[in-house]
Amino acid sequence: MFNTYRRGLFITAFLAAPVTLYLVYVISPYAQAFYIAMTDWRGVTATPNFVGLDNFVRLFSDGVFWKAVTHNAALLVLLPLVTIVIALFFAFLLNVGSEGRGVGGVAGSKFYRVLFFFPQVLAVTVVAVLFQQVFRPDGSGMLNGPLMALGARPVGFLSDPDVAFWSVLGVMVWQAVGFYVVLFSAGLASIPRDMFEAAQIDGAGRVSLFFRITLPLLWDTVQVAWVYLGILAMDVFAIVWVMTDQHGGPDFSTTVMATEIYRNAFQHFRFGYASALGVVMFFFTIGFAILSLRLSRRERIEY
Amino acid sequence: MTNTPHHITRRALLRAAAIAPVAGALAACATPQSQAPASSAAPLATSAANPFGVDAKKPLEVWIFDGGFGDAYATDIHQPLFKTKYPDAAIKHNVTKEITKVLQPRFAGGNPPDVIDNSGANAMDLGALAQDGQLQDLTPMLDAPSWDDPAVKVRDILDPAVVEFGTYDGKFSVLGYVNYIHGIWYSQKVFRDNGWTVPTTWDEFLKLCETIKKSGKMAPFTYAGKHPQYLYEPLLTMAAKIGGNEVLVNIDNLEDGAWSSEPMKTAATAWAEVGAKYLMEGTAGLDHVQTQTAQNKYQVAMLPSGSWLENEQKTTTPDDFEYGMFPIPDFTASDKMPHGTLHTQPGESFIVPSKGANPQGGMEYLRAMLSKKAAGDFSELVRTVSVVKGAGEGRELSPGAKSATAAIAAAGANTVYYRWRTWYAQLHDEAVAATGQLMSGGVTPEEYVQRLQKKADEIKNDSSIKKYKR
Repeated sequence: MFNTYRRGLFITAFLAAPVTLYLVYVISPYAQAFYIAMTDWRGVTATPNFVGLDNFVRLFSDGVFWKAVTHNAALLVLLPLVTIVIALFFAFLLNVGSEGRGVGGVAGSKFYRVLFFFPQVLAVTVVAVLFQQVFRPDGSGMLNGPLMALGARPVGFLSDPDVAFWSVLGVMVWQAVGFYVVLFSAGLASIPRDMFEAAQIDGAGRVSLFFRITLPLLWDTVQVAWVYLGILAMDVFAIVWVMTDQHGGPDFSTTVMATEIYRNAFQHFRFGYASALGVVMFFFTIGFAILSLRLSRRERIEY
Repeated sequence: MTNTPHHITRRALLRAAAIAPVAGALAACATPQSQAPASSAAPLATSAANPFGVDAKKPLEVWIFDGGFGDAYATDIHQPLFKTKYPDAAIKHNVTKEITKVLQPRFAGGNPPDVIDNSGANAMDLGALAQDGQLQDLTPMLDAPSWDDPAVKVRDILDPAVVEFGTYDGKFSVLGYVNYIHGIWYSQKVFRDNGWTVPTTWDEFLKLCETIKKSGKMAPFTYAGKHPQYLYEPLLTMAAKIGGNEVLVNIDNLEDGAWSSEPMKTAATAWAEVGAKYLMEGTAGLDHVQTQTAQNKYQVAMLPSGSWLENEQKTTTPDDFEYGMFPIPDFTASDKMPHGTLHTQPGESFIVPSKGANPQGGMEYLRAMLSKKAAGDFSELVRTVSVVKGAGEGRELSPGAKSATAAIAAAGANTVYYRWRTWYAQLHDEAVAATGQLMSGGVTPEEYVQRLQKKADEIKNDSSIKKYKR
C-alpha cells in the first residue's frame, strides 16, 4: 500500500513540471486564442469587446483566406508525394542501388548522402532569401541568367502568379528531401540484407527489388514521413512570408493560412479576426492528425 | 550548532520545480490586461517657456524607425537640441526596423515609450491606435508657441496638410515630419546627354518612351514590381488630374462607384499601356532597391517614386547623376487640374503615446523637432523637404531635393493626396495585388477598377472596420 503511494508520488513529481509547462505554454494560449477570436481586439487596447461568433461568420466570405486553404490543401497532397518519391529513389540508390552482385549504394554514395542533407542544415529564412536570388527575374538570377543567355525570355518564378506556387513547392521539396533520404536510409538499414540478396539470387532487377522488397518493408517509415510532411504543409509560413512577393503574392497566388493569420494580426491589426482564422486552422490540423492516425493503423511486419 | 546550513532536500527541489512554471504562467498571457497607467504622468505647472509642463528631470524614451533616413538625424540634430533646454533629462534612444513587433506588446501592456517614429512597412496601424485612445492629443502643441519665436504658434509654421493628415477622430494626434513629393524621377544628366526633354503631355511621354526604347541605350520605364503601390500612386494622381480632386476624395470616403469612375478607367488604361510596352525586362519581380539601382546604372530612364529617393540611393548614385523629377503629364488639354499638379503627403509619422510615462516630454520633443534649425539641418542631412515652412531657405540642397522643391512651388495649391491606404489596410493589399496584375496584363483596366470597387464595397459593408471621412 505504502509502496504504491510512493510510486504514484514519484511519477507525479516527475510529471508535474512538464505538464505544468504544457498547460501554461500550449493549452492556455490555445484557450486564450479561442476567447480572443470572439472579440474585436485590435492588439493595442486593454479592453476588447465581446462580439460572439461575428469573426467566424465573416471569415466564411473571406475569399483570400479560402484561397489560402486551397493552397494548403494542394501542398498537403503534393509536398509529401513529391518529397517521398524523390527521397525513396535517392535512399534506394544510396543503399541498395549498386549494379551487379552484392548489396550497396551507387558509387560516391557517401558524398551524396552529405550533399542531400545540406539544405536541411540551413535555416528556413536563409533558404528563402537564397532562393529569392536564384529566382531573380533578370540576368543576375541563377536560373534566369542562363535562360537569358540562351536567348529565352526570363521566367517570373516568383512574379508570375501562375508559376509562383510551383516555385514555393519546389523550394519546400528541395529543403525537405535530404532529411527523408536519411530517414529512409535508416529504415533500409533495418531490413535484413539477406532479403535483398535472396531476391537478387532469384533474379530480381533493381525495379522489382524496389517495388517488391524495399517499398513494402519501408511502409511504416513512409507513413511517418507522410504525417511529418503533412504537418509541414499545414503550418508552412516562413518560406512563403520571406520569399514570395507581397508576402503570399503576387495576387495572393502563394498565400497560406499562416500568412493570412499573420497579415490580419500584424498588418491589419485585427487580432480578434486573426485568432478566428487561427481557430479554423487549429481544427484543420486536428482533422488532419485524426485522419492520418486512422489511416496509418496497419499490421507491422516482423522480420 | 543549531544554525546548520540550509540543505536543499529532494522534496524541496521537486516542490520548486513544480512551482516555477506557475510564475511563468503570469508572463505567458496573450490576452490584454488592464493596467493602471504610470502614476506620475500628470504634468507640472505650465508656463510660456514650458507650455506642456515638462518635468525637466524625467527620462524620455524615443524610438526611431531605421529606414531611408537612418537615425542620425535624431541623435545628432533633434536630441542635442532637446538637451540644450533639458540637460538633466536622460534620453533613451532606440532604433528599429520592426516598429510593430517591438512596440505593439508595449502598448498592449500599458507601458508604451514617449516618442515613436511610426514609419516603414512594419509600422503600427494608426487607426487602431487612435480607435483605442492610445495617441496623445497634440492639439496643445499646435497652439503652443514655436520653439524659435514665442509670438508664432507651431500651427502657423506647418504645412496645413500636416494637421489634416494627423487628425484622427477630430484630434490632431500624428505629426508627419517630411513632405513626401511624388513624381516621375530621372537623371538630369542622362536626359541632357541624349537630348531627351521632360514631357508635359501624355502623348509626349509615350513618344519619349518610344524614343528611349528605339535608342537601345536603356529601358524607358520601370517601377518596384514587387511593391506595386509604387505604381498605383501615379495612376491615382493621374485620375485626380483628369477628373479633379473629388476622384480621390470619393475613393477615400468609400463612395459607391468611386473606383470604377471614368477618370480611374482612363488612368488605368494609360498605365496598362506603359506596362505592356515600355517596362524594363523583369520589372514585375524586382523591388524598389533593385529597380532604383538599375536606374543608377543607367539601365532604365524613368521610375515613379517620392522625394525620399535621393537619400535612399545615395550610396549607389554616381556623382554626376543629378536626380530630377517631373509631375504627371497632362493626359488631355481638358484635364480638370492644371499641369504641375502634384501628389504631396506628410510622411514619417511621429506619435506620442497617451499612456506613456512622459507624454509632456514627448510633445516638447516634437516641438523642438519643428524648430527652424532642427528642420533645416534635417532637410540638409537627409536630402529631403520637411513640413516646416521655409526650413530649406538658404540651405545647400541636393539636385533632387531642389527639383522637388521647385515642383512644389510650381504646383501652388494644386496638390492632391489620398488617405485610404492607411485607413483601410485590406484595400491597400487588394490594390497592390490588382495593380501588379494590371501592369503585367493579368487583368484588363475594366476588371481592375471593378475588382477594387468590389473590395471597397466589401469594406464599406463590414461593420467591424472603422470608417473615416475627409
